[in-house]
Amino acid sequence: MTLFHAEDPLLQVRNVTRYYGDRIGCSEVSFDLWPGEVLAIVGESGSGKTTLLNCLSTRLAPTAGAIEYRMRDGAMRNLYQLSEAERRLLMRTDWGFVHQNAADGLRMNVSAGANVGERLMAVGARHYGNIRSAADDWLGRVEIDSDRIDDDPRSFSGGMRQRLQIARNLVTQPRLVFMDEPTGGLDVSVQARLLDLLRRLVADLGLSVVIVTHDLAVARLLSHRIMVMRQGNVIETGLTDQVLDDPREPYTQLLVSSILQV
Amino acid sequence: MTDTARIQDSIHEQDEYNFAYLDEQTKRMIRRAILKGIAIPGYQVPFASREMPMPYGWGTGGVQVTAAILGRNDCLKMIDQGSDDTTNAVSLRGFFEKTAGVRTTCETAEATIIQTRHRIPEKPLTGEQILVFQVPIPEPLRFLEPRETETRKMHALEDYGLMHVKLYEDIARNGHIATTYAYPVKVNDRYVMDPSPTPKFDNPKIDRMAALQLYGAGREKRIYAIPPHTKVRSLDFEDYPFEIQQFDKPCGLCGADNVYLDEVILDDEGGRMFVCSDSDYCEERRAQGHLGPMAADPAAARIGTKEPA
Repeated sequence: MTLFHAEDPLLQVRNVTRYYGDRIGCSEVSFDLWPGEVLAIVGESGSGKTTLLNCLSTRLAPTAGAIEYRMRDGAMRNLYQLSEAERRLLMRTDWGFVHQNAADGLRMNVSAGANVGERLMAVGARHYGNIRSAADDWLGRVEIDSDRIDDDPRSFSGGMRQRLQIARNLVTQPRLVFMDEPTGGLDVSVQARLLDLLRRLVADLGLSVVIVTHDLAVARLLSHRIMVMRQGNVIETGLTDQVLDDPREPYTQLLVSSILQV
Repeated sequence: MTDTARIQDSIHEQDEYNFAYLDEQTKRMIRRAILKGIAIPGYQVPFASREMPMPYGWGTGGVQVTAAILGRNDCLKMIDQGSDDTTNAVSLRGFFEKTAGVRTTCETAEATIIQTRHRIPEKPLTGEQILVFQVPIPEPLRFLEPRETETRKMHALEDYGLMHVKLYEDIARNGHIATTYAYPVKVNDRYVMDPSPTPKFDNPKIDRMAALQLYGAGREKRIYAIPPHTKVRSLDFEDYPFEIQQFDKPCGLCGADNVYLDEVILDDEGGRMFVCSDSDYCEERRAQGHLGPMAADPAAARIGTKEPA
């Protein structure tokens, strides 16, 4: 696999800290993300990984620290110095966000086709036929049958909803996708299929991904690099295989050893 | 002197109501909202809507706007579903006759202020006239985005993709844009606006209308406006352009084409007729001698149009 061919980082995170009152959400997190790279943030519940993800994706302002993103014109911009309009444009063109609960990321009362087409319409597509064929194409790429294009996501299974959510995010060809436990709540066979699909899409499209998960198997399958968090701090980072096969920190060792073996 | 007139006079003598019901401070507040609305065409201006002596849904927003702009020399026309003589129109006309004592009329051309629910008169309005709409739900994005904080942000950032999602759904489900009333428009290339529940047949009349249009939503506490001669475009897709309703028959009473028609059920055997929804327009045409196929006696003519059972 050709991984880190690009020269400059896509996302630069420096000392990002978020407090909830006196309590720490995440503290002093710094890392770089390169184009085409998949970074997994792992840790147990309450370790601050979702807080960090929300800070990165401009859904939650950090208390301190800076996050810079390389725009399509090549310039690094501080996300929290963008205007709200620029931030929204970024979120619906260059970025994607895949929620754990698909209902949070979908419009449940409009059809699958409209869900996929929404971003296109938001950036100015005004030709129904083109929007529909793009939606149809993307449903195909996430393995949803064409004849479901006019159905509500309410009538979809959990796995289908999650795939629809992915299609909806990828239709504008984003460069960076945030994922919050994308396989949470799905049974293992559906998880396996989704992971397969994600792996293929990420490789085909050269996506950069920041994925939050407590499931080390997901991290192992998808990510190139891993960041282990505990109590709001990053305690270990490294290549995925290296961290999982040879964990250095006692907590990481504990995490790795608590995977159920069948 | 009739009883009503006597009561009206005594009310005015005792000064029980301020002119046009609302107190002057309230009118000033509403006028400020109206002026702001005119300055930013299509923008929904919040205002401190008052409790009116009629239920929400009866046009409390329109009534407050009318009360704020009404002068003693104005001539008021009230329309409900195009007609001057339905309950809502009669009640609201009576309200202003009683509280303001202004002249009222049923004739579109004679009125200086026209308050309407649902319809825009067929006869083109002039720059001397003001059209006041009663609006139930001013937010065009409401049915897709329930959060007010979010819809306001969407307006502020001109983030209107969602509006087309609704139209997309229409086409996906019905094969054409099936929205027939409250059809969303873009005002002056900026704000997406809900033209109240008027049929989309009237949307072309909103575009560059000579008269000032004021929209009042009492329950939702919003006022918005379209200044005279402002560009108003109905939203659509390139391959599914906006179009208005077509009627295959002329008005049964006055024979008018290209007007909005109401269906009137005549009996329980399928007899029906289609007549102008704008009752004043229809009457005027009949007075000029235009006669439709059922003008003589709708009941007698019904045999002709009866549909197979």
